[in-house]
Amino acid sequence: MARLNVNPTRMELKRLKARLSTAVRGHKLLKDKSDEMVRRFTEIIRENKRLRDEVEEELARTLRQFSLARSLTPAFEAETAFSMPSVRVNATCKTESVMGVEVPRVELTDEKRSEGLPYAYSEITSEADDSVAMVSALLPKMARLAAVEKTTRMLAAEIERNKRRVNALEYVMIPQLEETIKYIKGKLDENERAAVVRLMKVKGRA
Amino acid sequence: MTGKMAIVGEGDGILVFKAAGVDAFPAADEKHAREILRKIAPDYSIIFLTEELARALETFLKRFDETPYPVVLSIPSGKGESGYGDEILKKAMERALGVDILFGEDGGKGKRAGQGSGDRS
Repeated sequence: MARLNVNPTRMELKRLKARLSTAVRGHKLLKDKSDEMVRRFTEIIRENKRLRDEVEEELARTLRQFSLARSLTPAFEAETAFSMPSVRVNATCKTESVMGVEVPRVELTDEKRSEGLPYAYSEITSEADDSVAMVSALLPKMARLAAVEKTTRMLAAEIERNKRRVNALEYVMIPQLEETIKYIKGKLDENERAAVVRLMKVKGRA
Repeated sequence: MTGKMAIVGEGDGILVFKAAGVDAFPAADEKHAREILRKIAPDYSIIFLTEELARALETFLKRFDETPYPVVLSIPSGKGESGYGDEILKKAMERALGVDILFGEDGGKGKRAGQGSGDRS
């Protein structure tokens, strides 16, 4: 391991020792952080998987229902019927902090639901009603999935970054500092010995 | 802060979302979708994107991972799921943990023993 390019002086030694202790403490903290993040991550990813499976299954059912509805209605009518929604969904978007990572948290504020569907009953078959109702019911779950999945991704990125930091400290920074400190100590001892020998020599000659 | 929801996708599947109050943006291909995404990203907080497009735009979508919003979620389109959602999970898991804890489901035992062999199904 390469040692740092510093002058072997007492000042430098003191500085490096301080740096080493900081690095060791930082390493320990980051390692703890990493452990905790991984723990949280496993929880979140399990939830993510569960939600995704549910959403995918229900969505497949909904879309099947919808395509059934489409096939029962002339294309033009369906287009017009669906393109004027009577409801609006609004999501309340907050952020929460998971281990210092800002992640989204979404809640669907229930839309101002003007009762009923965005089209006249005469236009559209009941299959379409069902599919719209199913989507409306599914939306909160989808919003949750969206937030959870984003959390997973952000947390994964953060864990990776953190791991890199931990490794940099553990395998580069700390060994380097230790090596340099050892080198300076050696140099200083060497100087001391040299001084003693010099003194003895001077004395012996006198 | 309240945000709006949007869906970007191809085909008819997005119409039903429109009826449910989600703004729908039809996109025929990935190029088109990319443009739409770029345009609507500041205004919407949740954007659903059909899987085929999400897969094609994967590198483009990475940029949204930096900030909490907008949230881009890939959803299966009418053509049936392509397993892209699981893929995303798997990738995130590999990045963070290095081991598969969800899909190689033969309990915790296989995790340790089969680390090298990857997925044994």
